[in-house]
Amino acid sequence: MIGEDDVRYVAKLARLRLEQDEAARMAGELAKILAHIDKMSELDMADVPPTAHVLDVVNVTRPDKPRPSLSRADALRNAPAVSDDCFRVPKMG
Amino acid sequence: MSAWEPVIGLEMHVELDTRTKMFCACEVTKGDAPNTHTCPKCLAHPGALPVVNQRAVEYAARIALALNCSVRPRNVFHRKNYFYPDLPKAYQISQYDEPLAVDGWFEYWAGDEKLRCRINRVHMEEDAAKLVHAGGDAGRIAGSDYSMVDFNRGGTPLIEIVSEPDIPSPEAAREFLQQLRNLVIELGVSECNMEEGQIRWDANLSVRPAGSDELGTRTEIKNMNSFRYLQQALDAEIPRQVEIIEAGGRIDLETLHFDPDTGTTTPLRSKEEAHDYRYFPEPDLVPLIIDPAWVEELRATQPELPLARVERFASQYGLSRADALVLGSSQALAAFYEEVVALGAGAKPAANWTMGEYLAHLNAAGLEAGHGHVTAERLAKLVMLVADGTVSTSSGKDVFARMIAERAEPEEVVEKHGLGQISDTAELEAAVARVVADNPAQVAQYRGGKRQVLGFFVGQVMKATGGRANPQLVNELLRKALDG
Amino acid sequence: MAALDPLRLTARVAKRLLVDGEVSSAELAKVYLDQIAAVEPQVRAYIRVTYDNAAKYSTKVDREMQAMRGPLAGLPIAIKDNMVTEGVTTTCASRILHDYMPVYTATAVRQVWDHHVVMLGKTNLDEFAMGSSTENSSYQTTRNPWDLATVPGGSSGGSAAAVAAGEALWALGSDTGGSIRQPAALCGIVGMKPTYGAVSRYGLVAFASSLDQIGPLTRSVYDCALLLQHIVGQDPNDATSVALPEPVALPDAERLDGLRVGIPAEYLAAGIEPGVRARFDETIARLEELGGTCTPISLPHTEYALPAYYIIAPAEASANLARFDGVRYGFRCADPVDLLDMYERTRGEGFGPEVKRRIMIGTYALSAGYYDAYYGRAQKVRTLVRRDFARAFADVDLIASPTTPTVAFKVGSRTADPLSMYMCDICTIPVNLAGLPAISIPCGLSDGLPAGFQLIGPAFSENRILQAAHALEGAIGFAPAPTFCDSGAVAPDGARTEARQ
Repeated sequence: MIGEDDVRYVAKLARLRLEQDEAARMAGELAKILAHIDKMSELDMADVPPTAHVLDVVNVTRPDKPRPSLSRADALRNAPAVSDDCFRVPKMG
Repeated sequence: MSAWEPVIGLEMHVELDTRTKMFCACEVTKGDAPNTHTCPKCLAHPGALPVVNQRAVEYAARIALALNCSVRPRNVFHRKNYFYPDLPKAYQISQYDEPLAVDGWFEYWAGDEKLRCRINRVHMEEDAAKLVHAGGDAGRIAGSDYSMVDFNRGGTPLIEIVSEPDIPSPEAAREFLQQLRNLVIELGVSECNMEEGQIRWDANLSVRPAGSDELGTRTEIKNMNSFRYLQQALDAEIPRQVEIIEAGGRIDLETLHFDPDTGTTTPLRSKEEAHDYRYFPEPDLVPLIIDPAWVEELRATQPELPLARVERFASQYGLSRADALVLGSSQALAAFYEEVVALGAGAKPAANWTMGEYLAHLNAAGLEAGHGHVTAERLAKLVMLVADGTVSTSSGKDVFARMIAERAEPEEVVEKHGLGQISDTAELEAAVARVVADNPAQVAQYRGGKRQVLGFFVGQVMKATGGRANPQLVNELLRKALDG
Repeated sequence: MAALDPLRLTARVAKRLLVDGEVSSAELAKVYLDQIAAVEPQVRAYIRVTYDNAAKYSTKVDREMQAMRGPLAGLPIAIKDNMVTEGVTTTCASRILHDYMPVYTATAVRQVWDHHVVMLGKTNLDEFAMGSSTENSSYQTTRNPWDLATVPGGSSGGSAAAVAAGEALWALGSDTGGSIRQPAALCGIVGMKPTYGAVSRYGLVAFASSLDQIGPLTRSVYDCALLLQHIVGQDPNDATSVALPEPVALPDAERLDGLRVGIPAEYLAAGIEPGVRARFDETIARLEELGGTCTPISLPHTEYALPAYYIIAPAEASANLARFDGVRYGFRCADPVDLLDMYERTRGEGFGPEVKRRIMIGTYALSAGYYDAYYGRAQKVRTLVRRDFARAFADVDLIASPTTPTVAFKVGSRTADPLSMYMCDICTIPVNLAGLPAISIPCGLSDGLPAGFQLIGPAFSENRILQAAHALEGAIGFAPAPTFCDSGAVAPDGARTEARQ
């Protein structure tokens, strides 16, 4: 099933820092949940199409017409760090 | 190295020239102040949702049709998940296994050969924002390196074009890319401005024994942002791979970064694991069912494509394939040439003047065809002045240069500087007589059998007449005078 | 003017009083603000009470009565804190958005604001709407006003408790797997999830995009219809929103002659508490007295709905919550050493344990090699669940079930075992998978705590559901009001310290 190594790999993919004990505990919790989810494998669904969209709607598009953008002030309003009117982030390690 | 042949494929991204972004109604702009064209959607604020830009679909379909692809009736968008500061949702809305179009081809000229490269797919997605890295300043206490993000560009419609590995050489790759770029520009769907990064590409390359059918392991090369760099990178990668294989080694499926300063490729030593994109269908967008009638309508209203035009030029104007390629590949130059001919200039002379003086002038002045002082009317007039003998060919070049410098009409220049061709027999006879009289040694040589000395005499007469003598007449008169 | 009882007042009555001039908008708002002052320390339904706005805006509505009229004008409302409201922080009960100030307003909220409702505040929820009790809120656990030792349900627990406790006339919530209906049931009020697509999701902070819907929590079915009328509509900002084929009508039915109702055997087998079952059976009897006929039906893939949901919802959520990365808004960890550190610690510190669990499951289910086994399979189960409903609705007009297997449970009694918490939604989840509309109405008490009765209809059958619920509501005549008693806490190891009265 899902072990601590899997948990670390997935946490990396999801950019979640897990403390040591968190990873171990999460492996246990996830294993239980996934065991329950495994129930689905009882079903033979070879001929069943997947449902990606529950609405029977297609072709929703919009015309290529501009609408007002946010002011720069609003765009940056919630920014944790700003530099020269840009969002500032630490560089890759 | 001829024991090995390269196998090259290209993956290209083209930014579309729509007014608004792919999934929101912010304007697509160039060069504006940072973060002035954003909204909750392209900033990925909580609760924001995408809506597809109809025109982007149309433009994408035009590209697909121009590349002879089948436009698929059912289109679905997928989320491509990864973390990067220029990707605000931490996923890109792209297409995965139900893309816009598949199975096309593109024909292009490389040297004398017409080549065909199959196109694997054409699909729609959105561009990332602009990420600029800034260095820390020495002396700043908290001056660690940082990056800055401008989201103006984020969300611009992006078309991905993936070729099959059918390209046989670095030179062919360069031609392929240039001609495909021309094609896209002519469709009117993108300016493909290279400085703005409106067209970008990665190449993949493998080598195999010449004549073999099998594919070797390929490497992917990134960061070539000019045609020259593309060719350079591929030229460097081929021997690198050959050397490894000949030494008994193996090529690893890896990504290489092209360094324009050294002209070499180095592996991207990234700390990150290979991307696991976790594609799944985009639940915020419903499928697009493309109506075949709409596709046919697009097909019927496609502009003439470069390759077709090149072939038309060759047949319609009696041009050689090489000349047709130069004149016909790019829409602006082709339109210019055709106008010159339409105004009365002969097809061949118009071709020579356009490919010669005119193109040189455009390059020197940094102009696009159809711009600047040399209009089609003016060039046509000049060509016809030469054709009817008013001006000699060499004077014509002089007229061309002065016409630009003085911003004048060609006939004005001829008049003002007295550059008209001298075709008056009496005047030329006099000049011929003087030259013959002044060069008895050469006369003796000529009469002694050295026929090629005639060229010397022609040159002398030309010099004496300031290059304006009618060369045909001069020839005739010289022969008469020398042969006696 | 008689004293208004916020525990009894409906929007229908309040509107009449406003129109008749018997109460002003400002007075009405004050009734609720006073009740908030009185009981909020115990109930803790709100993350933020917008006192200023409520007082000022209600006064404005009074002053500009000519311009600001209409069916909703002056009526006080609470909004679940996962719908963005420009000018008022929207937190989703998460540390990662604790100071997020929206720069736009959710369409559904904009629609009711445009009709001059008076917003009282933003209500508590399970963090990012993930949970069934509000215990996953990073702020506080809301308490059920019927017994303050118990949960109000979730994730719209704050909205449900606020309405039940008289701290709001009505409220908006959101429902992904039962998050409106389950808390409505546990709090003894009405809650409805519309057909998927009927209400715009623009501005609803996405949990599971293909399942989420905004809906009303109210004190009566009539109120529910009235509020629903004003939040539905096709929105150009939401490509998955659709116009209802017919407008929402205010219900007036008193009889249910000719109505065929199916009762799925699988839902009754799902561990329903005896008291809840008893209330359900009584309600079925009333339904038949009103002229309806009830028949047993089968929705054979019901037991697979929960596993499918617990793949689809976390998978979509894992992508929807990836934007919370500390770059453009929200929480950013202190002193990140580099980009990776910023991402990992921002999200590690910013998200609570349940959210992290679901992101992990979702990421895992979509990761290389697992897509077919998990997400792919779940999408197929979804098709089977939809087909079950479609087949059933060929023979019946509505489907009835208990809303939840149990009444409100003690705070802390299910937090040790996530799976036991997931079981709360066993009767509600299949409805979201199929995208169908459903309502929960209170049908009685069991051990002093409310039980809910659920009616499910085919897509776009909102009016049929509202009419049936309205008639049934009249027949049930659910009268009690919450007592704000407190039966005592659960010991940390999950054992009860005292029996419930």
